Amino acid sequence: MCLLCVIIAVIPLLSILYEVVSRGAPFLSFQFLTNDALHGGIGPSIQGTLILIGLTSLIGVPVGILSGVYLAEFGDNKYASFVRAINDVLTEFPSIVVGITTYSVVVIGIIGSFSPIAGAIALSIMLIPIVARTTDESLKLVPNSVREASLALGIHKWKTTLRIVVPAAKSGIVTGTLLAIARIAGETAPILLTILGSNYFFQGFRSPMDALPLRVFRDARWDDPRVQAEAWGVALILILIVLSLNIAVRLAARGRHKR
Amino acid sequence: MRLKSLKKKLTGDNTFRVLTAIVAASAIVILVVAAYVLSTGAVPVVQRFGLYFFTGTSWNPVEGRELYGALPYVLGTLATSGIALLIGVPLSLGIAIFLVEMAPQKVRVPISYLVELLAAVPSVIYGLWGLLVFRLWLQKYIEIPVYNYLGWIPIFATEGGGTPVGLDLLNGGIILAIMIIPTVASVSKEVISAVPDSIREGAYSIGATKWEVVRYWVLSYGRSGIFGAVILGLGRAVGETIAVTMVIGNAIGPNAMPTSLFQPAQTMASLIANGFLEAPTPLDTSAYIGVGLTLLLVSLLINIIAHIMVARILKIKGGAVE
Repeated sequence: MCLLCVIIAVIPLLSILYEVVSRGAPFLSFQFLTNDALHGGIGPSIQGTLILIGLTSLIGVPVGILSGVYLAEFGDNKYASFVRAINDVLTEFPSIVVGITTYSVVVIGIIGSFSPIAGAIALSIMLIPIVARTTDESLKLVPNSVREASLALGIHKWKTTLRIVVPAAKSGIVTGTLLAIARIAGETAPILLTILGSNYFFQGFRSPMDALPLRVFRDARWDDPRVQAEAWGVALILILIVLSLNIAVRLAARGRHKR
Repeated sequence: MRLKSLKKKLTGDNTFRVLTAIVAASAIVILVVAAYVLSTGAVPVVQRFGLYFFTGTSWNPVEGRELYGALPYVLGTLATSGIALLIGVPLSLGIAIFLVEMAPQKVRVPISYLVELLAAVPSVIYGLWGLLVFRLWLQKYIEIPVYNYLGWIPIFATEGGGTPVGLDLLNGGIILAIMIIPTVASVSKEVISAVPDSIREGAYSIGATKWEVVRYWVLSYGRSGIFGAVILGLGRAVGETIAVTMVIGNAIGPNAMPTSLFQPAQTMASLIANGFLEAPTPLDTSAYIGVGLTLLLVSLLINIIAHIMVARILKIKGGAVE
């Protein structure tokens, strides 16, 4: 009977993968992947998603990892447990609320227009707590004897942390971070209110930009069935990026554990 | 003396410690800024409409006749999340029990991997699937047959007595159910594996069958953790935006009251995703921000309860293992 539950849960997954691949594959062509939206392509969306992944990693990963280092290495106090609690809350923040906040502060307040930077900040807000938690947990798995050995050699705590402890936990941190990036790369709600969407390639940091999830969302809600069908082609590219990142990271992580 | 202590403070270690502590404060800054932006943004609409904003059902942006009541969307969020729990939780528990108690060692890893993969699918793709694929199944095999026989029951009624279209409360709830399964299943799995074997052995020794052991000992021992898992799933369901926006039918005003499974509805998140950028007046924007604030408060409350419950059971686990 419990096996039945597993089967019921896996049916949607298989159906989604099947539909995306079978309906999306016919769209794949060089033009589809490289032209802008006015010439029947999704080039701007692919470019936008890659830019967002890059910018978000640039902002979110260092902040997340340093937060995690603090929590794991100096986190034996009330301030740290408070930060940990806040991080837990942020992990479950409704994504559309992140969108509203970033819209009000960055799009309206700081930059004055829709912007790839606003999108990256919104996604960073979702990325930071996940990366901080993974880093925190990975560092805690490093045995204390490693730290003690290094300190006993007279190496400073900060050097011990950065050169000995963090490298020892590297695989866990990298795996968790890449999984988090794969997850936020598919997010739609936070970027809907911050980069708006566009038919054109990247036009600077003060203009709207497109991204794959936004394109799927727009196409799917179009009244024209031909445009709706095209959404499957976009979805295929999106799912290829997200799932291949996800699967590759997991396989790599498992390979390392076995050795 | 003072100089000496200052020198001590400026060592590399302290600088590093303070630096990382400042970076770690970013989480607090984000939360404070979000709370500030949302509460100040919501002031105009709450000031103007007061309690009506939470109890009213009209949503009218026409200048001069503005009226903003968020009740249908609060109820819409609760209704879709409720359906998601009704469907998703039994399935997730089944999966967790299967993985911990029944599955042969060899299939455990692949199956939990498949379930985790459900969490990796972007929500916009769930929405696409719900809109263009699942909708047709739902309409053909569930909604039309049920409507033909049971259409006289209010929860199966449709607007104006037409055929159900498949873009409605039920579709939204089911998509959410699928989306919360990975969360609820993986936390329940942790909780169930945390139940000490001595509990199971004790139950077997008095002649309980496998099913009885799971039902009466394992689940009741882990109930507070499982409750936490359910609440965590509820938090996910409440905050989910895009997939729901694509399948719920996006009703507005009094029509959006979630009275029937087969009628279009609206959640707080989908309302914002649909209308926020098209808001014609500052008051309208403020109304959407007010809905956002309500959504944030609801999800904060849910998550705080969940974390307390899960932390409690994991503490028990720590004690039992060490």
